[in-house]
Amino acid sequence: MSFASLREIISESQKRECLFWEVILQEDCKERNVSREASFETMRRMYQAMKEADASYDASLRSASAIAGGDGLRLEQLRKSKDTLLGTFLAEAVEKAVKMGESNACMRRIVAAPTAGSCGVIPAVLLTYEKQRGAKEARMVEALFVAAGIGEVLATSASISGAGGGCQAEIGSASAMAAGAVAYLEGGSEEEIANAAALALKNMLGLTCDPVAGLVEVPCIKRNASGAVNAVLAAHLTMAGVRSAIDPDEVIDSMQRIGKLIPACLRETGQEGLAATPSAKRIAEGLSSE
Amino acid sequence: MNIFDIIGPIMVGPSSSHTAGAVKIGYVARKLLAEPVAEAQILLYGSFLATGKGHGTQLAIVAGLLGMEPDDDRIPYSLRLAEEQNMKVLFGEAKLKEAHPNSVQLNLTGTSGRQLEVVGESLGGSLINIAKIDGLSANFSGEHPTLIVHNLDQPGHVAEVTSMLSHKSVNIASMQLYRASRGGEAVMVIECDQEIPRESVSWLSHLEGVNKVTYYSLQNDIVQNDILR
Ligand code: SF4
Repeated sequence: MSFASLREIISESQKRECLFWEVILQEDCKERNVSREASFETMRRMYQAMKEADASYDASLRSASAIAGGDGLRLEQLRKSKDTLLGTFLAEAVEKAVKMGESNACMRRIVAAPTAGSCGVIPAVLLTYEKQRGAKEARMVEALFVAAGIGEVLATSASISGAGGGCQAEIGSASAMAAGAVAYLEGGSEEEIANAAALALKNMLGLTCDPVAGLVEVPCIKRNASGAVNAVLAAHLTMAGVRSAIDPDEVIDSMQRIGKLIPACLRETGQEGLAATPSAKRIAEGLSSE
Repeated sequence: MNIFDIIGPIMVGPSSSHTAGAVKIGYVARKLLAEPVAEAQILLYGSFLATGKGHGTQLAIVAGLLGMEPDDDRIPYSLRLAEEQNMKVLFGEAKLKEAHPNSVQLNLTGTSGRQLEVVGESLGGSLINIAKIDGLSANFSGEHPTLIVHNLDQPGHVAEVTSMLSHKSVNIASMQLYRASRGGEAVMVIECDQEIPRESVSWLSHLEGVNKVTYYSLQNDIVQNDILR
């Protein structure tokens, strides 16, 4: 059975006297009838696949529309050339997020987390964390369980698809999942994990899904970078003791209600918003005249 | 849904519905055909037709028909691989009525001449539904071993099939019955908890009144599958 609220996960962790990630792992063992080791190993494989996807980024590839590709390398060059505005951590996270989004658009192998369009957010933040903070791989896998638990609540009580709830449900969900994961890595409690997820999600509420020519390219790729920065921001606020005035589960409820209010033309149909601009139409025409 | 639908699947981009789901429809169809595809007519519908190109939907379906799964990094090159394997591919537009927006009709001919028509729908998050087989309702997900029996609409066939399954200790997870018209052709779609032995599947196909038996196995045994006629 999936958890329908963050509150449920927190109270289970108190009851079972174990951490947030452990509760999620135990539920997976029950649900799929597998051992602890098997569950952990499957999640480790997901982490490994994220790493491989990041390492095999190819800046020479271009997407179907021919407009996506190569920005990851630009970001890498800037990061390596000087002390950037974003600082070492965020500069690398942004670079990895864009690389992953571009790889997805160019038909490379990625890990949907929670979707293909938002596949860059979680690995960007976690891979950067492991590298720059020298964390152990096992801990990173635990953090992925935290992210998965938050994602499960979002999928059960709101939505994790752009067609269902707009981009707040994709990049917003990924950002909330990553924020909780980072809060955990920084030593945050169960409550703080939920708080970080709530703060991240609040910043993404109302975000529509308006992809140009209906493709997972514009604005998706750069939104992965925004989701990654937002996740780190939410964890940072949380660890400083900043608390969400709105209960985390109520934030998730709001996302669900807002998603229902977003008209269909702004839910992955590629009809409105950015997709309806003259620039977008030029891109779409270029694609169909090929 | 489990947590690896949230963190996962590992897939080739860009879209879980238009790419990963499309590979899976092709893959399930290839296994249902039970032999390599010699010729494939790929008829797209709805959003598959409208935005399929940018999402690599065509490449994805061909990859599935070649036996690739959604995480196979050869998916972008599937058209070339199809050519190398002498698989003929034709694209077109499907004329379907009230179909799911992400649908495709596959008209397949196998290397031994076996024919199969499959309508598949990509439901999102790489979940699929095989809506029709040879024009008759099917509606299964490809998540379980699935037996599809097309038979004459006469008494006794359901009992024959279910008693064979119980004899082989195969538990039925779900069972659907459809018929085109009374006394005409009927379909049984049975999703199982265990795999059905090959011999039993082929035994069924020789029964009086049974027109066609199609079996979807979860085992990745594309090569072995070719033995089944
Ligand atoms: S804009 Fe739409 S397709 Fe793009 S990432 Fe957001 S939800 Fe996904």
